[in-house]
Amino acid sequence: MLTALALLVATLAALGFAGLALARRPAGARLLHGACAVAGFALVAGGVAGLLGGPQTIDLPFGPPWGPARLALDPLSSWFLLPLGIAVACASLFALGGIHGTVPARELVPWPLFIAGMALTVLSADGFTLLLGFEAMSLASWALVAHDHAQAENRRAARIYLGFAGFGGLTLILAIGLLAGGAGDVAFAVLREAPPEGLRAIGVLLLVLAGTGSKAGLAPLHVWLPLAHPAAPSHVSAVMSGAMTKVALYILARFAFDLMGPAQPFWMGAPLIALGAASAVIGALRANLEDDTKTLLACSTIENVGLIAMGLGLALAFRGSDLTAMAALAAGAALLHALNHAVFKTLLFLAAGEVLHGALSRRLDRLGGLIHRMPWTAWAALVGTAAAASLPPLSGFASEWLLLQALLAGWRVGDLAFQMGVAAATALAALAAALAASAMVRFWGLAFLGRPRTPRAAGAEETGGAARIALLLPAGLTVLLGLAPGLMLDLAEPALRLMAGAAAPRAGSLAIGAAEGGARYWPLFVAALLAGAIGLAVWLVRRRAPAGVARGPAWDCGFIAAPPHLPFGDPATQPSAAGFGQPLRRMLGESLLAARESVTMPPPGDTRPALLRASHHDPVLAALEGPLPRWREAIATQAEKLRDLSIRQCLGLTFGAVVLMLALLAWLEAR
Amino acid sequence: MAVVWGILAQILHLALILAAAPALTGVVRWLKARMMGRQGPHPLQPLRDLVKLLRKRPVLAENASAVSRAAPYVAVGAAVAAAALVPSFARGMAFAPLADLILVAGLLALGRVAMALAGMDVGTPFGGLGAAREMSFAALAEPALVVAALTLAILAASTNLDAIAGAVRDGGLGLRVSLGLALVALLAVAVAENARIPVDNPATHLELTMVHEAMILEASGRHLALWDYAAMLRLTLWLALLAAVFLPLGLAPPGAAPHHWILGLLAWGVKMAGLALALAAFESAIAKMRVFRVPEFLGAALLLGLLGAIFLFVSTGLT
Repeated sequence: MLTALALLVATLAALGFAGLALARRPAGARLLHGACAVAGFALVAGGVAGLLGGPQTIDLPFGPPWGPARLALDPLSSWFLLPLGIAVACASLFALGGIHGTVPARELVPWPLFIAGMALTVLSADGFTLLLGFEAMSLASWALVAHDHAQAENRRAARIYLGFAGFGGLTLILAIGLLAGGAGDVAFAVLREAPPEGLRAIGVLLLVLAGTGSKAGLAPLHVWLPLAHPAAPSHVSAVMSGAMTKVALYILARFAFDLMGPAQPFWMGAPLIALGAASAVIGALRANLEDDTKTLLACSTIENVGLIAMGLGLALAFRGSDLTAMAALAAGAALLHALNHAVFKTLLFLAAGEVLHGALSRRLDRLGGLIHRMPWTAWAALVGTAAAASLPPLSGFASEWLLLQALLAGWRVGDLAFQMGVAAATALAALAAALAASAMVRFWGLAFLGRPRTPRAAGAEETGGAARIALLLPAGLTVLLGLAPGLMLDLAEPALRLMAGAAAPRAGSLAIGAAEGGARYWPLFVAALLAGAIGLAVWLVRRRAPAGVARGPAWDCGFIAAPPHLPFGDPATQPSAAGFGQPLRRMLGESLLAARESVTMPPPGDTRPALLRASHHDPVLAALEGPLPRWREAIATQAEKLRDLSIRQCLGLTFGAVVLMLALLAWLEAR
Repeated sequence: MAVVWGILAQILHLALILAAAPALTGVVRWLKARMMGRQGPHPLQPLRDLVKLLRKRPVLAENASAVSRAAPYVAVGAAVAAAALVPSFARGMAFAPLADLILVAGLLALGRVAMALAGMDVGTPFGGLGAAREMSFAALAEPALVVAALTLAILAASTNLDAIAGAVRDGGLGLRVSLGLALVALLAVAVAENARIPVDNPATHLELTMVHEAMILEASGRHLALWDYAAMLRLTLWLALLAAVFLPLGLAPPGAAPHHWILGLLAWGVKMAGLALALAAFESAIAKMRVFRVPEFLGAALLLGLLGAIFLFVSTGLT
């Protein structure tokens, strides 16, 4: 199986370069995206086979000078092939359906390379191959973010994204170096033999957290997500959000649970829980304030990545306290939520792409009433919205239920400070989940319900064809994953054994459970109960009430009738994106996101309209864009002085550097 | 035999809750009217209103989508499903293994989202305003609910309502500070979730003060009947939840034969009447607060809930 997957990665890389030739005609682009969709399904098949079969490793016949490149398919990597494959398959299908005319090579070539990079990262079994895949993933996705480089904001987004990607790669190199120590062999099998301890373990964890956090969107390194996602094409944003963040979390899980060994103290989980809780709240709150659909969904991704990181952190803490069953519960919540989020976020980004295609806007203030014009997209998106709002019986609720159960069991780690921290984290997780529900209602309600806010939204049309399948497939999967989380946990059991050293608490295949004899969640029964209750209501009402409805004008709160040139009513009498966000902006945004409102009221007698301006800033971006350029400027000014050195000074500098290196080498040898 | 009793108890419980919901709302209104020195409508007036509304054909806005027609059924379905899970007179009902506190919160959230979307469906300013406020309040109420659930889950080692009721009843937990703080937190959440004073006024139709009514302003006929019934069910459910968790006296034990139920039914009737009286007295005594004071109210509930959990950590030295 692993050989087939390795060949698949190689084929995808080759396909990327073939994209140069394929870009000349539409059929070529269709061929490329069709092949990528097939590759996505193949990745899912590989993941399932890897989970059901045993672990495999192969040494490639090439690699870095010090040894062959190694690939491995173990339960953990197999599990992360599932979200990757599903997201890639749906996104490629969507791209296939959206092709009209030729596609420029700069959009085609990086796409298979991006997929190949992600697959290589997940399959790698040594540090070098891991970094190779990670960098390929970063660079290819950067090229895709920068595809529409005519616009200044996209260039800025791509620049910031590249900065974060570079930072992530750099910290990962340092982490692998620190983990390998002086030995120099970076194969995972060798790294596992010598797990770090004490300060070195903390250093590795913090470096890995910085590297993967900058890729996954963990606060405070999350600021690139809301910038880069709107800039990339919709199918790319879907995979960046659905799959790439999961690949970063995979690296985090690989280091924290596998390479660093099981003998780590429980407080190693604390930074993950803290950063996860911060990301969850900041992301969910920002999702309530943004007025661009894709930016909003990117913020929701930050929230979900935060929740997954909390699950991973809890699993680390439980494992460090020898509560292996609880560790498996928390790890199961993280793995399940990673998969569920990948599916429903892919669906939502693709739906946002379909809306952009149909109504030509990403801004909520230019959409509205699309449920009448784009019913397929609207209903598919509603499934994703409800899952993201963690409503039973959909997939988001199942995994967040598990996560909450793990959080509610956090007091079993016997340390008082940790107990208090987990209690606070529990409240923050609940806050984030409820904020996400609000953000999702705002997203779906403003885009699909109400009246069209622009003529373009009034004349929106759906694409249909492959793009429709690309929406219905993840919508169906969201329902299925919601109904069968027990089956998925059974499938994930080998991965949980690898991470936690135990299986998750068994509750039968139809249910998920918090502990032996603890609370249970039976999604199938809950769905049946809901369906029964709704059916009962329909039946009773049908018997008593007259059939059908009468139609009349809506009561528009006393606004005067719209002028004739506004056939759908005055858009200004509908809630706007900023208006819907107002309560939360005032309640939480003012303290957390520096949200401000200002009202400009013209003097009496003046006929100009009053103006309400609402703004908010992510504190991290402000901190980043303030001092960082200044420091760079200062360093550059200092470095400029080197140009004016004489030849003797230049040679002296080089000589001094060589002596320093030799001295360092001698010191290292002596140790 | 226990299985049969469980199923019978479940059916009886569901019928009881479904029938009690309009009556409970009517009783609260009647009590409030009495306390304010008015005659007040008959306690069965809400039921009569529902029957009358059911006979009327709803009028929908011209641009209303299927959401307006489907959402009331989803809201009632979610409320019925949640109400079926909360124990009333007996433990060990057929659905007891399903009765998870987090799941009940999830089902309530499902009904809330359905209502918010219905409010936004036509695109009137008022519906959107109500939806935004409702979702924001819920965002602040949810942490308080979950933190209260944390205390209960530690005491009962489960978030299952049946298990919590059993643990509080037979566990010899005594009067605990933590349980009291969790009760205060849950009471605040219940007030917010049911749109009662001081968070919202269930009797108002004044534009600036209302949240819940704003979302269903466009509803009429059977749709309005369903929305009203869902709200009544939610109130009954919350009072039943508080009664089951904090006053589990008289609950028939699991698998007990039907003659134990009589005591349970009597106890439940007394508890619900007492809670209705307390609610009416509370609502008559205080004024509605400004919308942007609600975060402080719910934030205080959250802090009390956290304090309860921390007391528990410190007092028992859980290790």
